[in-house]
Amino acid sequence: MSAKETKTSKAKPRKEKDLQDKKRPGAWQVIAMPLLAVLTGLLVGAIVIVVTDARVIAAYRNFFQDPLGAIGLTFQTILVAYGALFSGALGSPERIFLAFERLFTTGETDGLVRAFWPLSESLVAATPYMLAGLAVAIGFKAGLFNIGAEGQFLMGALGSAWIGYTFHLPWYLHLPLALLGGAVAGALWAAVPGYLKATTGAHEVVNTIMMNWISFRLSDWLLNGPMKATGYRPITPVVDSTATLPRFFPDPIRLNLGFIVALAAAALVYWLLFKTTFGFEVRAVGTNPDASKYAGINVPRNIVLVMMLSGALAGLGGATQVLGVDHWVGQGFSAGYGFDSIAIALLGKSHPVGVILSALLWGALRNGATRMQSMAGIPIDIISIIQGLVIVFIAAPVIIRWLYRIRTLETEKVVLTRGWGK
Amino acid sequence: MKKLYSIMAVLLAAVLLLSACGPRAVDCSADDVYCVGQVTDLGGIDDKSFNASAWRGVQNALDDDLIASGKYLESQGQSDYARNIQQFLDENTDLIVTVGFLLGVDTAKAATANPNTYFAIVDYSYPDCWPGAVVGTDCGSDVEIPNVRGLTFQTDQAAFLAGYLAAGMTQTGKVGTYGGIQIPPVTIFMDGFQAGVMYYNQQHGANVQLVGWDAATGQGLFTGNFESTDDGRAFAESLMQEGVDIIMPVAGPVGLGSAAVCQETGGCLIIGVDADWYDTAPEYRSVLLTSVLKKIDVAVYDTIQDMVNGQFTGGTAVYTIADGGVDIAPYHDFDNQVPASLKAEIEQLRQQLIDGTLTVNGVLGR
Repeated sequence: MSAKETKTSKAKPRKEKDLQDKKRPGAWQVIAMPLLAVLTGLLVGAIVIVVTDARVIAAYRNFFQDPLGAIGLTFQTILVAYGALFSGALGSPERIFLAFERLFTTGETDGLVRAFWPLSESLVAATPYMLAGLAVAIGFKAGLFNIGAEGQFLMGALGSAWIGYTFHLPWYLHLPLALLGGAVAGALWAAVPGYLKATTGAHEVVNTIMMNWISFRLSDWLLNGPMKATGYRPITPVVDSTATLPRFFPDPIRLNLGFIVALAAAALVYWLLFKTTFGFEVRAVGTNPDASKYAGINVPRNIVLVMMLSGALAGLGGATQVLGVDHWVGQGFSAGYGFDSIAIALLGKSHPVGVILSALLWGALRNGATRMQSMAGIPIDIISIIQGLVIVFIAAPVIIRWLYRIRTLETEKVVLTRGWGK
Repeated sequence: MKKLYSIMAVLLAAVLLLSACGPRAVDCSADDVYCVGQVTDLGGIDDKSFNASAWRGVQNALDDDLIASGKYLESQGQSDYARNIQQFLDENTDLIVTVGFLLGVDTAKAATANPNTYFAIVDYSYPDCWPGAVVGTDCGSDVEIPNVRGLTFQTDQAAFLAGYLAAGMTQTGKVGTYGGIQIPPVTIFMDGFQAGVMYYNQQHGANVQLVGWDAATGQGLFTGNFESTDDGRAFAESLMQEGVDIIMPVAGPVGLGSAAVCQETGGCLIIGVDADWYDTAPEYRSVLLTSVLKKIDVAVYDTIQDMVNGQFTGGTAVYTIADGGVDIAPYHDFDNQVPASLKAEIEQLRQQLIDGTLTVNGVLGR
């Protein structure tokens, strides 16, 4: 099988390249469509911000006395909100400039830490999104809808926390072991629905959701029982410092090696999917399982392997979050990373590079939302609305095409999942 | 298409021009301008429990012009605690109020690193370390932190009165309680409730039983969460099956599910906790006997006032029945059903608790 394939793929390149060249005129759409979806999401979000702001509504009640004031307040509200979102996500340019100025004149680095803290927090927030997003994306590639990333994320976190506080080893053993433990816990948790799908055809959507609930209750029990730390709080003990992912800068900057781990995982997934026979089989099964079966691909084995790989990535996400950021697990450990990752995989078109970019966007939005809530008094839930809108526009590209008058492309047909049965 | 883009450009220009006119933001770094920020735990600002109560304290301070700005940040996951605290530090906030034991370590770390910012933490206090614990990871601090005030509540004193009242009002001879999660801020209510029932039995030679908690063994009923009103329904139903006709749920909004069951069946009465449920859950007034008040809003307001007056002190502020920080609410709709003799006894007990001739631990024998 593999020998045959390498032969055909050797002959392929020229033809494929020709084909791609013909389609080149529309290639920009791959980048433009998600960007336009984000832009439109922000625009509609601005409307939501304005119509839910009590001050703005009050100003419009008195519109005829002071029309300019009302319109001015409308735009000011939007600008303050999105200004805070921007400076909360990336840092204020003014502050960064001043910090560098101080560094060069007095040699003090305190300002730098404050100036780059927002950016660091965005990258910290993006790390779990990246790994969980990759988990869902690799499932999509194989035609599997893994909704269980949340549960796998949690199990990964618990697994790595357990290794982190139970064993006492030198860091070069402890850290890799704790990371591996997280990945294995996630993989095993995902293997169950994978195995059920492969052997009985039980739909993975239902089973991964059920596994989520089991993991939530299991963690409740673990945190109140076997894994509970000394004292009354229902949290795990803190992991040993030898198991933590090293941070690059002084407090409060929390950027850590986990970010690099996530990037490396994305590179690995890219290599697996596009440079190996396994990846070819995965994509083949995702596109047409029946044809793959007749082509001699072991479809059930592929399903189990992909689910395990997906779970391992989500579990690794949980592990980096524990070992890099929190150092302990409590109730409410995950702020919905596993569920958001479905959106991230969609936005990133299930491509590793796309997932990295959309995870960075998601992390920046979520982190920026903190400042937006604080500076502009906009509830943090607005960000969820904007994120939801972005996903609607991604899932229904017709809206974007109609809004911005973009032609439909023949090539842009991505099969994400198959329906029930078949 | 061209038209659309030119419209967008014009709009953008208009935005930039128009937004220049408008009110300016508050400058928190000024000496005489006080800014307060509250970091919630996962329950969110509308939890009808301690986050909401603490926020009411901040809002009252705003209304009274004690402070120029009062903000809150909601935490959605545990990694948000440190981020939200840091965000307020970044804005030169003068006092940061954190809510709940889960923020204990992050609050201590931030306070130690920023000695010029005041902190208040609800339901927690320092030192919080146990032998062998590592400061900064396992626990927050092994000494008092001068710029942090822990706000704790002697709620067992108020719950004592509620337990005495319940024992005097029960028709079936059985009263019940259950908790959210078995942590001291919850079980202290249940201890007091039990002591109240026991003291009633001693005084009246009665045999009223308490279902759901035993302070001696530490065994009791817990829902395991502070969210599920369905659990509240289920717990109320099983308590009623055991013959209980008065229930004190110590689980935040979970208790509302129990109140709903009492209202639907007419088979039980509810004792609210934290706030006066007569105001916060008016739909259940017809089954609300009283509420055990834990005035977090007053504690937060006091802290803000002390800061503004330059009298902020660190350490632990314990609110008791003597200073009114804990109490039971008026009987409201049940005022004419509670016997005058029972009311008088409870008033007397309150005085005894205030002057210290009666203690909850004394009644419990520990």
